[in-house]
Amino acid sequence: MEDREIRELEAAVEQIWEVARGFGLDPYPTNFEIVPATVMYEVGSYALPGRYSHWTFGKAYHRMKTMYDFGLSKIYEVVINTNPAYGFLLETNSPIQNKMVIAHVLGHVDFFKNNSYFSKTNRRMVESVSTHAQRMMEYEFKFGRKTVERFLDSVLAIEEHIDPYFFIKRDISIAEEKRREEYRRKDGPYDDLWLLDQRRNEKNASAEHNESKEGENAARDRLPEKDLLFYMMKNSPSLTAWQRDAIAMVHEEMEYFVPQMQTKIMNEGWASIWHARIMRELDLSDNEHIEFANLHSGVVSPQKGQLNPYYLGYKIYEEIERRWNEPSTEERNKFGRAGNEGREKIFEVRELENDVSFLRNYLTEELCEELDLFVFELVEEEEWTITEKRWERVRDQLVSNMTNFGFPYLQVEDGDYNGNRELYLKHRYEGTELDMRYARKALEHVHALWGRPVHLETVADDESTVLHFNGNEHAED
Amino acid sequence: MSIQRNDWSLQRKGIIDQERHKDRVKEAIRKNLGSIVSNEAIILSDGKRTVKVPIRALDEYKFRFNYQKAKHVGQGDGKTRLGDVIGRESRPGTGAGSGQGGQDSGTDYYEAEVNIDEIASLIFEDLQLPYLEEKAKKAVQSRKTQFNEIRRTGVIANLDKRRMILENIRRNAREGKARFGDIKKEDLRFKTWEEVMRYESNAVVIAMIDVSGSMGEFKKYIARSFYFWMVRFLRTKYDNVEIVFISHHTEAREVTEEQFFTQGESGGTVVSSAYQLALEIINHRYRPTDWNIYPFHFSDGDNYYSDNEEAVKLADELIATCNLFGYGEIGEEGSSSYRRSSGALLSIFSDRLQNKDRFVGVRIDDKEDVYPALKQFFGKRGVETPA
Repeated sequence: MEDREIRELEAAVEQIWEVARGFGLDPYPTNFEIVPATVMYEVGSYALPGRYSHWTFGKAYHRMKTMYDFGLSKIYEVVINTNPAYGFLLETNSPIQNKMVIAHVLGHVDFFKNNSYFSKTNRRMVESVSTHAQRMMEYEFKFGRKTVERFLDSVLAIEEHIDPYFFIKRDISIAEEKRREEYRRKDGPYDDLWLLDQRRNEKNASAEHNESKEGENAARDRLPEKDLLFYMMKNSPSLTAWQRDAIAMVHEEMEYFVPQMQTKIMNEGWASIWHARIMRELDLSDNEHIEFANLHSGVVSPQKGQLNPYYLGYKIYEEIERRWNEPSTEERNKFGRAGNEGREKIFEVRELENDVSFLRNYLTEELCEELDLFVFELVEEEEWTITEKRWERVRDQLVSNMTNFGFPYLQVEDGDYNGNRELYLKHRYEGTELDMRYARKALEHVHALWGRPVHLETVADDESTVLHFNGNEHAED
Repeated sequence: MSIQRNDWSLQRKGIIDQERHKDRVKEAIRKNLGSIVSNEAIILSDGKRTVKVPIRALDEYKFRFNYQKAKHVGQGDGKTRLGDVIGRESRPGTGAGSGQGGQDSGTDYYEAEVNIDEIASLIFEDLQLPYLEEKAKKAVQSRKTQFNEIRRTGVIANLDKRRMILENIRRNAREGKARFGDIKKEDLRFKTWEEVMRYESNAVVIAMIDVSGSMGEFKKYIARSFYFWMVRFLRTKYDNVEIVFISHHTEAREVTEEQFFTQGESGGTVVSSAYQLALEIINHRYRPTDWNIYPFHFSDGDNYYSDNEEAVKLADELIATCNLFGYGEIGEEGSSSYRRSSGALLSIFSDRLQNKDRFVGVRIDDKEDVYPALKQFFGKRGVETPA
């Protein structure tokens, strides 16, 4: 890219920024980088630049790169949620592509800054992950690459199982940790033996007075616990210090990613609606207009059979805006909507909702019909058939599929099962069964982290089932 | 707000981790040779060098929903109706819900691109012709031409065009022109060769296959994949191995390699006919004093009862003249080896053969058994190959 083009792009960034501010968007300052495809795919496959090394990232990178090399797919933009934010532009983009990407990125950055689910997000995450990478590398050096890699295999198997509201727990846990620390300092090496007596006394006492259960609480975490990673890190009987630290790092990175997983449809819809409006404000030539129209329709077009999050989000925002601009008589009377509040309303929505509440609150009957949404399932194990078109059912199915970002909801029920320090997990079954082959394999990873027999309660073939793995063999009942 | 353009040429993290992934692939291939050996993509590869093979060990296991048992939401073109079938049992789409930080759960298992030659060298690592002996009389030297040198002069037919172009570009560059063209005599490079003599013992493999009606698709496939690797193995490892192909039902005849692998026939089974023909071929063309002889036979063991006596007798005769006699009995797909313990040829052989030291019998019930069978037939034992 020549200097002249870069200067033009700089001018475009300024202009787009002004237009975005004029619309009421409020993004962090954003730096744009022009990068070659390899870097684009690298950032895309790691989701953040500079993360620790693992073969799964290499696999994702290879897949993206191959798709690109064969012309099957192309990433136009990658955006990093930090302050200041980063947008990456592919060096082979045309000027119009770049302008659209810049506008789209500013939409994302506005969303990152203002959506409440991101309010606890670490905005210096790039620095954090690079210190993580450093530490992980030291562990590889000390304990061997294979050892660290295998361990991470197990950690990553349950990485999605963290608590999105972990920040609440962290505050509590820091206070608790302090208290424990003081308590511990008084201990000699064998003092825990005295504790046994004390605990018995306490139990007797609490039977009468039913108080002073604090010791009990500190020793046993509050159960059930949804945050498997956190629970492992804190309570696994077998992990060493570096392993707990590695889990803590993965946990911290997942805390960063969870809000993005919770707001995929909203975030993409928001960026799409604003790139479209910003581009319309720019002074484009006819040819540029056509190129933009092509690109835009590529982004927000429905794909047959699939659900395009860009398109779905885009349509819902538009619908909200319309309904609040021109409320029906019923809406005027019943909800007191004055009309012409559309812009205000979509900004409120982008601040308060996540995908689940967004769909539940704003996916309407008209929209379901217009988008021709339906529920499909496998009938007689061979035909994928449309089995539901009633809009409320479709909406509820969509919401249920998005719940817990599309992952099964697992929780720790007991960390001392059978009185033998065994781990008992429970899948909160809500109508969809687990992939049992995967569940067994994943349970092996859980065992690798826990170090003692593990159990998973779930539902298989409509019957309550418990999977067991003791390190050597699987059992089921 | 700024636009930057940095030098990213040192950024190689993705590539480095891609190497880590490749290591994992290699390791997984090593561990899964058993299933790769009999993979259709390879056996039916028709000379392709690389094929895609599913390798399950490379899955990233997570707790996930059973896609087949879940309900999904999709989008139509405006005309969909209740009861429409939008796809058969292959995935119509990944549906909603795979998050940005999560992994794509769309593909069922990882398909690794493997190079057949690489797989072959892994498989052949420990294999050799067992009991190979130096046959005094006809230990014929094998002459091998190796192109291993480059010179400035030579026969024009042996011109190394690639190097010539390189030299030309270099010379032009030295003269300040970055281009290719204007070839002069000094740019020419020629390949020359050396003749390498290798002394090998002569060996002949007599591959026999049962093509009777009871040999169904699966059984033929198994025999085929075994011979696929056997032929490949012999050709890469030994210069001087001849292979004779015999197919039989109630009668046996010698066939070409192509016929051997593609032929389908029907009828009953008279195993002795193949052994008889093998013995005749040995007598006429491969005298045991001069040749190492390895007959292999694949059948489902459903021999005519009346022929069993004869078959055992001839098998014994074969064993007496040969270095090793291999017999593979292929069962029904997935059946256990206990199911048919008597009546089949394998059990008759193991009961009644006189000379069992040089007899290897295996039973194959599953695709995964092919690799162990190869190892059993061609495992290291007996006299070492003369270097």
